[in-house]
Formats: sequence, structure tokens, C-alpha cells
Amino acid sequence: MASIEIANARKSYGAVDVLHGIDLDISDGEFIVLVGPSGCGKSTLLRMIAGLEDITSGDISIAGNVVNDLQPKDRDIAMVFQSYALYPHMSVAENMSYALTLRKTAKEKIADAITNVADILGLSALLERRPKALSGGQRQRVAMGRAIVRKPQAFLFDEPLSNLDARLREQMRTEIRKLHRRLGATSVYVTHDQIEAMTMADRIVAMHDGIIQQVGSPVEIYDHPANIFVASFIGSPAMNFLEGTYETKDDNGADGAGIRLSDGSLVAVLPARGATNNQAVTLGARPEHITIAPDANSGLAARIDLIEPMGLSTLVHATLAGKPIKIFTMDRPDYAVDSTIHVSFDMEKVHVFDTKSELRLPPVIEPHPGHRD
Amino acid sequence: MTLTGHTSTRKMLYWGSHYLMIAAFVIFALFPLYWLLKVSVTPNDILYTEGVRMWPSRTTWDNYTFVLTQSNFPHYFMNSVIVAGTTAAVTTVIAALTGYAFSRFAFRGKVIIVALMLITQMFPLVMLIAPIFKILAPLGLTDSLTGLIIVYTAFNVPFATFLMQSFFDGIPKDLEEAAMIDGNTRFEAFRAIILPLTLPGVAATLGFVFTAAWSELLFALMLVSSESASTFPVGLLSFVSKFSVDFGQMMAAGVLALIPACLFFLLIQRYLVQGLTAGAVKG
Amino acid sequence: MTLATQTGKLPVERRGVFSKKLSGILEPYLYVSPALVLIIAVMLMPLILGLSYAFRDIRILNPFSGGFVGMAHFQTLMSDQAFLGALANTAWWTFGSLVFQFGLGLILALLLNRAFLGRGLIQALVFLPWAVPTFLSGLNWAWMFNPVVGPLPHWMTSLGLMAEPYNILSDPDLAMWGPIIANIWFGIPFFAITMLAALQSIPKELYEAASIDGATTRQQFISITLPFLAPTIAITLMLRTIWIANFADLIVVMTKGGPADSTQIVASYIFTQAFRRLDFGYASAIAAVLLVLLLAYALSVIALRRAMTHSDN
Ligand SMILES: Nc1ncnc2c1ncn2[C@@H]1O[C@H](COP(=O)(O)OP(=O)(O)OP(=O)(O)O)[C@@H](O)[C@H]1O
Ligand SMILES: [Mg+2]
Repeated sequence: MASIEIANARKSYGAVDVLHGIDLDISDGEFIVLVGPSGCGKSTLLRMIAGLEDITSGDISIAGNVVNDLQPKDRDIAMVFQSYALYPHMSVAENMSYALTLRKTAKEKIADAITNVADILGLSALLERRPKALSGGQRQRVAMGRAIVRKPQAFLFDEPLSNLDARLREQMRTEIRKLHRRLGATSVYVTHDQIEAMTMADRIVAMHDGIIQQVGSPVEIYDHPANIFVASFIGSPAMNFLEGTYETKDDNGADGAGIRLSDGSLVAVLPARGATNNQAVTLGARPEHITIAPDANSGLAARIDLIEPMGLSTLVHATLAGKPIKIFTMDRPDYAVDSTIHVSFDMEKVHVFDTKSELRLPPVIEPHPGHRD
Repeated sequence: MTLTGHTSTRKMLYWGSHYLMIAAFVIFALFPLYWLLKVSVTPNDILYTEGVRMWPSRTTWDNYTFVLTQSNFPHYFMNSVIVAGTTAAVTTVIAALTGYAFSRFAFRGKVIIVALMLITQMFPLVMLIAPIFKILAPLGLTDSLTGLIIVYTAFNVPFATFLMQSFFDGIPKDLEEAAMIDGNTRFEAFRAIILPLTLPGVAATLGFVFTAAWSELLFALMLVSSESASTFPVGLLSFVSKFSVDFGQMMAAGVLALIPACLFFLLIQRYLVQGLTAGAVKG
Repeated sequence: MTLATQTGKLPVERRGVFSKKLSGILEPYLYVSPALVLIIAVMLMPLILGLSYAFRDIRILNPFSGGFVGMAHFQTLMSDQAFLGALANTAWWTFGSLVFQFGLGLILALLLNRAFLGRGLIQALVFLPWAVPTFLSGLNWAWMFNPVVGPLPHWMTSLGLMAEPYNILSDPDLAMWGPIIANIWFGIPFFAITMLAALQSIPKELYEAASIDGATTRQQFISITLPFLAPTIAITLMLRTIWIANFADLIVVMTKGGPADSTQIVASYIFTQAFRRLDFGYASAIAAVLLVLLLAYALSVIALRRAMTHSDN
């Protein structure tokens, strides 16, 4: 097992810059998830680690050795492709043993390794089949098996679950996590599915347009997004954003902090670091941090657009200050569409973003400093 | 197609005309070959008197025995097998390498090379005979099978390359990337993973080039002067020019000449369709 | 194909950087170099040499020939009635063959695109003419057009197309049909194979969707099949036009350009000049003109296609 260090790595195709200086240290045994919208450069970064793409500039090291100029075969890494890339003319067993055969591993050792891995992945009955005769889920397992038998320094995954149905995806998610716990191998996992990112990662690397936006544990990224992009990308249903201006006095002239929305209403927030009076800011509030008031005496008026029951919870779509918002509630509300409700924001949980730079302006005093680790 | 109980008259009509048209095509394709065969087994004395009969009143294998035992044809035949076989093998190897590069790499000059290959398909090849003779003569490659092989290989490489490329395009790039991560160099991955998957393409290319080289007459005629290096088509032509034309023997030789090319072609035509299917519709 | 590969986990030496970068850049050229060398040596160099002959006096039997004559050959060409006739014949030969090869090839491909009993065998049989050596097909067709030994004139007489059986190859008005028919026979498989390949790559769902939308078979053909085939048709037609224009074998074997030059096309005229009159200089000049004409044709087709696809968007 090995650590991976990426120092100021850049990638361009001719005049097009795809990655603009990536810095990332991955420690030994860590499970890193690269997440970001389509086209942001996740696969490119992963393929640079694998050696399938040249590095335009910068360094990539595995276990402390710069590998920029090593061929993929000499980097001792394994990769699981989105398409699985199983060799169609080889049986499952041959697919899994190919790398070991190339390394001239002894026959008995290979046989042991295959039996062992097939056991772990439940492939024992399929070893003689060709990939064509396997279901999508089984193919996915073979691709995993092919990576595992080699006991490589690191695993690279490029959206390995995106071709599976929801239930299977969920199941494989847990299995990959369990495998990782068991093998303890350094892993880099690419996905654009933020649920996969949240559930699987030790640390999430959020990317956008070839730039790393934030690196942190799933909870940290969820609770303290560095900017509007990360805040909007992570979390489902997505965070609500309402633009307004920052004010340091409340309606009664008392000192405090609030955001004046376009309809003139004021939302109280914790004083934000570096925010000045009348600065253009964006209020960010996750659906679960907005509550529906029991009566009309408190909170801001909003109009109901749609009620979406989700089983465990209910998602309420409403319009506030001319903007659509989503509210998450564990109650079972039965409001009529177009009726008016009153909502309030959880002052300690909502975020203030500078509208111009899109960066989060953290509270002067963090409400729960103990949360950070 | 099984015709089920509620087959309507329209469907019957459709399939009726379908089979009728297919039959017309088959007859059109095969009748000339049938005529070739018929002439080859007709005894000489009734060749003209029964010239237009669908099948002669007597048949004979004399023409075949003559061609096989009394003439130079077995020798021409061997020459043709050597030339067409080697040309097919060498061309396919070269075309596989080039087609792979076209399919997988973006490199400077690629467009120019592709254009060059396309343009070679427009030459009136007749024009090249004298210059090629001039270039090959000092190298001792005229009047030799090697010279013919080199020329045929060059002529067939462009089309064979495009054919092979369309096969490679049908194979996902991920496969050799996976092999490279598993421990192959790119070239090893090409050989161990990609080539076995393109075997139909290799077969199609082999067959295509083989039939082309087997049939070539012009260069075989112009670059080779001695009997010992003559190929089958040239030998066949010598029937026309040298003696009073002995059509029965010539047709018998022609039927024999058809056999290897047709066998090859029957084996590969399926792959030819398959290979073009992979790449045809992108243009 | 690797120049620098290292195993083990040693730090990479810097000199490896250079060789890997270099080998990475060189790799594609290593793959294409055999083909490139061959094509340059056996096709491009002879072509240039051949083009240079067009400006020289090269007659094999004349020991004093070999001198530079400038544009003389081209001037002769402008007033060479045989050449001008050959140009017209080339157009007739090319498009006459092409229309039928394409039309029948497309029909055959459509027929073969439906599953039916024995399709594999039938497909192999109807594609067979392509494997027949061209001069052999030429001889065989010439034989079949001959009223003494061939059935065709008799059939045409019984069909009322002819008053009495005679050889159309010796009739200047009809002779061109002989090689054209042989060429159609030989060329249908090529179009059928290409079109069949294109047909088979049309996703089946498209037809299913269209039939659910209520399209009749004919509407499906017009709205799905034809648009899908169009790119293949365009490319194949263009390449084949050029190929057929250059294809003299059948004519040389069946009619030698006669009777009275009525089947002489430019390609066979080149052949006649070079190998019957042994005037290579003049032959090369004709070939150069043909090459230019064909290039111009190809470029204008490509330009036309580009203009059409652009105006679509
Ligand atoms: N060969 C290439 N030439 C030019 N641009 C390329 C090339 N390969 C990738 N790109 C560009 O690089 C960018 C990053 O691509 P990449 O495949 O890494 O995206 P991704 O984050 O993996 O997206 P997805 O989630 O859709 O897989 C894209 O904008 C893509 O268009
Ligand atoms: Mg990707």
C-alpha cells in the first residue's frame, strides 16, 4: 500500500487547459472520492495517476517515487473502468489472472489467489464463463476481482457503478467499502454521484472546471462547504440559495446580522467574518434547515407550489421572495397548493456566501467548534 | 422467418417477390460461372456445334487433365499461391499496424498520411508501370516474384488499412488500457488483447487482398517476362495469344484458377460485412 | 515498442524523462512507417516519375527519344479526336456502370437485410462474382456475347430485342454495353456488401419507434433507412466513380477499345498508347490529365457535400 502525492499537476490538450494545477496528498490506505460535474476533469486526473495520460506539467508520486515517466504497467496500480473493460475472449478466471500471469507468478499461487478472490466476490460458480454470459452486476464484480487479485499499491475506480441499477449500486457501494476496510488499500474513486461520494469517502475531493474546490471529510464538506459550487453540488435535495444584502442592524436598529431578501424581509444569521453592511451576499440554507412555523405570527410568508411525499419524509416546494425553495420536513403536512405558509431559518445552520466571489463567509464564532476534526 | 397461421395474402406476396428477386440475383451471379464450367467440360469437337446448348451432349475431363499434367499451369499456380499468399500476409500485418495507429493515436501528420492514402486510390495505375519498372530493374526485382509481392503489397495497403481501422474502431480503447495497467506495454496489449479480438477483420483483410493479388494481370504481365516467374493470370492469357486459342483448356484453367480465390472469398465475405458495419457509417 | 521501461520502485532517473517522452511521440510513427515507406517508394515516387514523362519524349523503340518536350504532348492532346472521344466514352462507361451497380447493389442489400431461410448461403453465392479475376470475367462475358458459343444473343432475339442473333461487341452503337454489363456483374457485390454493412448498423429501435409512430414500410425507408445510408452512399459512390473511370481491364480484354474506338475510354487509351504504340511520354500526359480530372471531381464532390451539410445546420 502506498501514498499518492500530486503536486501542481496540469493537463492540456493543445490549447485547451483541462486541469489547472492540482495539488493533492492521499495518505496510505485512504479512500478518496473525486466528485464533480461532467467534464470537470475527474477521469483525466485519474488516468494521469494511472499513467494512461501524459502529465503536461507537475509531478505525481506513488509511495514517494515520482512516476511521471513510468508506463502504466510499471506503476503497480489497478483500475476498474466504467465499461469494466473485461477481455471478451477470456474466461472470468483468465481475466482475473491475466496480470498475475504477466508477472510470471507461480501457477499454484495464481490459482489460490483466484479462488480466494472469487470467494470474496461470490464469483466461484462463474469462473469458466466468458464475460458475454454474465449480467451487468456480475461483470462489475469480475472487474473488481481483476483489480483485487493483484494486491496493487493503489486502486483507481472510474465511475464503476454507474451502469448498475439503483439497488445493485447501493449494494456494491457497501461491498466496496467493506472490501476497502478489509484490504486497506489506497483508493481513488471517481464519481459524479454525490451520494456515492458522501457514503464511501474518507475524504471527498470536489472538483469544478479542472480546479479542486474543496477537500474534506464528507461531513465537513456537507456542513462547511467552501463555496457556492460545493454547497450546491453536495446534498440532495440541493441547498436553497436566496440573494440579498448583508445588514448589521436588525429591523429595530439593534446590533446583529441579517440578510435582507429581495421582498424586503430579513433573515437573521450569525455575524459573518469579513462581511460588511450592504454587501451583496447569498443566503444558503439546506432544505432541512428551514422549518414551517405552526402559525402565521412568526417567520416569512411563502406560497406552496407542490408537496412531494418521499416516504420517510416530505419535501415541500414553495416560493419565497420570488424564488423557489425546498423544505424538508418529517411531518406529513397537508397544505393546499397556493396556500400560504410561514417559514423560519435555522440561524446556526444557514450559510452566508459572498455573491461576487461565491466563497463562504464563515461565522465569526463557529456555533459548534467541537465538530471539526 | 416462419410463416404463422394468420399470414395475410400481402405477406405471402411480399415474401414471394422477395424470393423471386433473390433468385434473379443468384441466377445473374452464377450463370456466367456455370457457362465457364460448361465450356470447360465440353469436348473440343462439339465446342462450336453445340455452342449454345445449355449442357453438351457429351462431357469430358480431358481439358482438366491436359492443364494439370501437360502444361505449365501447376507451376503458374504455385507462383500465384506464393505471390497472393505472401502479399496477403504482409499486407495484413502492415495494414493492421497502420490501421491501429489511425484508430488509436492522434499524431502530427496523420491527416496528411490519410489523404495520401486516399489519393493513391485515384491513380490510373497503368501510368505507374513504366516508372515502377525503372525503379525495380536496378534492384533486380523485375522478373521476380519478390518484386510482384512488393508492388502488390503497396497497392493493397491503403484499402486494407482503412478496413482494419474500421475493425479497430469497433473495439473499446478501455481494453488495451486495462491490459496496460495489468502489465502489458502498448504493443503487447495490441498483440495479446486487440488482435485476437479483430480476427474476423484480419480474415476479411487477408481474403480481400488475396483475391486482389490472385487476379492481378497488368503488372504481372509487364514486370515479369520469364515463364518461371509468371503467375496464373499471365499463363491464362498465354492461351489467348500464343497458340490458336484453345478455349476448352483455357476455361478449364480458369475454373481451376477460380477455386482458391472463391474458397477464400466464401470464407471471409461474412466478416467483410461485419467489419464494414463497425466503421461504415461514420463518414 | 518501449524504449525505456523501468520496473521496481526506484525513483525515476531524469534521463528516463527524455526517452519516454520521445518514445511516446515516436510510437505512432513506428506503426505507420512500413506502410508509409512502401507507399512512397512504390506509388508516390513512380507517380512523380510518371508525371515527369508527360513532359518528355519517351518512345521505347526510338533510341533518340528521351528529350524534354515541354507542353507538346498536352497540345497534341487538345486536338486528338481519339482522346476527346475517349473522354466522352469514359463518362458513358463510368456512369452507365455505376447507376446499375449501385441500384442493383442497393436492392440486393435490402433483400439480404431481412432474415430468411438460407440467407448465409445465398449471400456467399451472390457475392461470388467479386472474387472472379477480372480478365477471366472479361473473357467469359465476351464468350457469352458471341452468337456461336454464347446464349445471350439468342435470348435477346427471342425476347424481340434483336432481329437475329449477332455479337453486340462488334456493333459500334452497342459495343459499350458488353463491358458495362460485365462490369455490373462484377461490381454489384461491392455495393451490396457496403450497403448491407451500413444497413446492419442502423439501430433496430429506430424502426420499432417509427412503426409505433405509425410509419408505413415505405415511410420508414424514406425517413430512416435513406438518411442513415446517405453518408455511406456518398463516400462509396465517389470512390467507385474514380475507380471505375480508371478500370480498363474489362474493356481491354473484351473489345480492346474497338470497334472503331467506340469503347475506348481514357484508361484503355493510355494502355494502348503505352503498350501498343510504346509511346510512354504521350501515355503519361494522358494519365496526368485523367488524374487531374478525377481529383477535381473528388474535390468538387467533397466541397458540394460540405456545402450541403452546412446549409442544413
Ligand atoms: N483527447 C481530448 N482532447 C481534448 N479535450 C479532451 C480530451 N479528453 C478529454 N477532454 C476534455 O477534458 C475535460 C475533462 O474530461 P474528463 O473525461 O476528465 O471529464 P470527467 O470529469 O471525467 O467527466 P464525466 O463525469 O463526464 O466522465 C472535458 O471537458 C473534455 O472535453
Ligand atoms: Mg469521466
